[in-house]
Amino acid sequence: MAKPMEEYTWRDLTVGNVVDEPGNSISYKTGDWKSQQPVFDESKCIRCAVCWNFCPDMAIYQKKDGYFSADLEYCKGCGICAQQCPSGCISMQEEVS
Amino acid sequence: MSNRIGMEVSLMVSEAVKQAKVDVIAAYPITPQTHIVEHLSELVADGELDAEYICVESEHSAMSACCGSSAVGARTYTATASQGLQLMSEVLYAAAPMRLPIVLTVANRTLSAPLTIWNDHSDIMANRDCGWIMVFVEDGQEDYDQTICAFRIAEDRRVLLPVIVNMDGFILSHVIEPYVPVGQEEVDGFLPPYDPLYTMHPDNPVTMGAFAMPELFTETKKAHEVALHESYNVICEIWEEWGKLTGRTYTPVEEYRTDDADTVFVTMGSFSGVVMETVDEMRENGINVGLVKIRLFRPFPVDDVISTLRKFKNVLVIDRTLSLGSIGGPLAVEIKSVMYNADAKPNIFDFIAGLSGRDVPPDQIAGIYHTAMDALKMGRWENYYMVGLRE
Amino acid sequence: MDTYTDTRVDTHTDTRTDTYSVFAPNLMNQVENFAQGHRACQGCAEALAVRHVLKALGDDIVIGNATGCMEIVSSPLPLTAWRVPWIHVAFENAAAVASGMAAGLKVLRRKGRIPDKRVISIGMAGDGGTSDIGLQALSGALERQHEDFIYVCFDNEAYMNTGIQRSSSTPFGATTTTSPSGKKSQGQSTWKKDMPKIAAAHNIPYVATACSSYPFDLQEKIRKAVDSGGPAYIHCLSVCPTGWRIPSHLSIKYGKLAVQTGIFPLYEVEDGVYRMKKKNAKRRPVTEYFKGQGRFRHLTEDDIQSIQERVDAEYEKLLKLTEM
Repeated sequence: MAKPMEEYTWRDLTVGNVVDEPGNSISYKTGDWKSQQPVFDESKCIRCAVCWNFCPDMAIYQKKDGYFSADLEYCKGCGICAQQCPSGCISMQEEVS
Repeated sequence: MSNRIGMEVSLMVSEAVKQAKVDVIAAYPITPQTHIVEHLSELVADGELDAEYICVESEHSAMSACCGSSAVGARTYTATASQGLQLMSEVLYAAAPMRLPIVLTVANRTLSAPLTIWNDHSDIMANRDCGWIMVFVEDGQEDYDQTICAFRIAEDRRVLLPVIVNMDGFILSHVIEPYVPVGQEEVDGFLPPYDPLYTMHPDNPVTMGAFAMPELFTETKKAHEVALHESYNVICEIWEEWGKLTGRTYTPVEEYRTDDADTVFVTMGSFSGVVMETVDEMRENGINVGLVKIRLFRPFPVDDVISTLRKFKNVLVIDRTLSLGSIGGPLAVEIKSVMYNADAKPNIFDFIAGLSGRDVPPDQIAGIYHTAMDALKMGRWENYYMVGLRE
Repeated sequence: MDTYTDTRVDTHTDTRTDTYSVFAPNLMNQVENFAQGHRACQGCAEALAVRHVLKALGDDIVIGNATGCMEIVSSPLPLTAWRVPWIHVAFENAAAVASGMAAGLKVLRRKGRIPDKRVISIGMAGDGGTSDIGLQALSGALERQHEDFIYVCFDNEAYMNTGIQRSSSTPFGATTTTSPSGKKSQGQSTWKKDMPKIAAAHNIPYVATACSSYPFDLQEKIRKAVDSGGPAYIHCLSVCPTGWRIPSHLSIKYGKLAVQTGIFPLYEVEDGVYRMKKKNAKRRPVTEYFKGQGRFRHLTEDDIQSIQERVDAEYEKLLKLTEM
């Protein structure tokens, strides 16, 4: 995987500064941007996936049991999922470390 | 070998591009480059060249489309001049560090204003720091040869940099000269199909043109600079190979009748023709002068320039443009800078001549010599002289 | 928290999917070609739009991206958020770069130097890179009728990447850092440039407007663009919480309101024929859209009234076009 940018010497760079690891941005965890995190009340969830559908950060995933959860490593805490959830099962709460 | 053929030099360039079997041409018309791309579009229309010809709506888009086609792995060519090169400028600076081996012919023409269509080097000199390899040719045969060599140089895995072949607009582009074409089989042997290192294709997705934070930008510039300087050896090697194939060998710096000369002219591009003629005449009159031609301008052949020019007492640089607000023409400024580190330093004079296609006949070249000798006698000289200027 | 949740009672789009009466993920490409770790602002509806555009496009594409928000947030060397081939060259030339890729792929495929499969060249840019500085390159590319070429404008209605300066796509009345409201100004003094109609005037097979608040509609239009053979132009309203001065969780809501008020109508132009899936006779008043957006906070009731009249007039004109 890519190193932190300040560790590259000029000799380490690929020809033309091409990035040949598709999607290696996953090494940059945007989760620490948030001050609030989504909390799911599964008793209200109808598994419609609206939260998943509207997440701009691909931070909602479906668990094996069919319910949804937030990937807190990437969730920026924007609150779209909670706002859009038609059954009101998601609430934004102060982040717990 | 093939026979000599008379042809307009622009068409020789088109023929070279055809023989290089380019995949994509994206071009916009501008005098005096137009004949090149007109002929290429005819070759495509007639099925003699299997390529995509994109009639873009500007030079900016020409070079942008070239970046796109080169990035997907297509051998890519365009040509321009003057204002068109300036409009491309932004993209020139993007193409080189992205290491896209595009070949560009510049039919050198003066930058406006005042508007003028004739030749000088103000267009390319305004872009001399864009990180491309830059070659200046002196005649049609060389233009043809260098165009084919340019693809080979650009696409060499040790280089992977775009190349500009500079030809003087009108002076070369619109004249009919004899040339000896090289057979297609020989060209094919010399120039294999482009085998890119990275390409834009879904089978192996890559990201090109990512942005750099200050933490990394300096390293990207160093990598580009080293690649450009290291291309020197490959360029020499490829020119030597071309020489073995055709009998015409090119070197970054070339001397003409310099053996017993104290004083040499230094030129780039088509000036060398009239200067060689003048050198011959002056020698008949007992003045032993010579000529040094700079063929490779980027990377600047520093060691060659020092080892060549240190041998002479007086160096008379003829620039074809003025670096406004500096101390003369860009070539002389560069040579003075390089010679600062030489163990033997000649007197360096700078003459600005041929601006916007003004004719520079042999007697004016001889006049350059006499102006320099008079200044030497007086022991002081100007930063530069404008040849033929009405005071 | 705002309690506006109308996803199930949205009367504007009549597709089953955008009302979520069915389980959404089964209906779309599961692959995320826009990766986690991109640095778009919280609640960026443009990032969401990119995500859904890529889902609809699938893997066999190459993208030429203009300088702008999406370029900056997705490609800080040595990282990339792209899992498809992606190139950035400059600001005003995304369409030209994409047309070069289209030509290159075409000839290499013809010559057998790359696998014989269809690869779509995508140009993408923001509203500045499309309707202002990139308009010439886009017009050239559309006029040349490149095959397998789609251009997507992600319109967040100002130069957000450089700090919210007005573009020709900024709506009338919006305050930006270069169209500020003041004692003698109500903000942006010109009407939004009608970029989709400019694109349609090139007589290309497919033009559509879309919004990431309606991801299924957006995806359907992208697929139509692919099927059209190209060139195709998609103008996607992409709500920018930062530049519009709204809370990040309301991005989707404001996208819907833009559509439901008729300020940003969703329509298609297929081979020159204008179509609207749902003609919206009972539009919400524009004031509902303006309320809560910091960029419109200064507008007076008179301002809003005159904008309402203009919106109604424009909508009627569009309706007439769909009846032709």
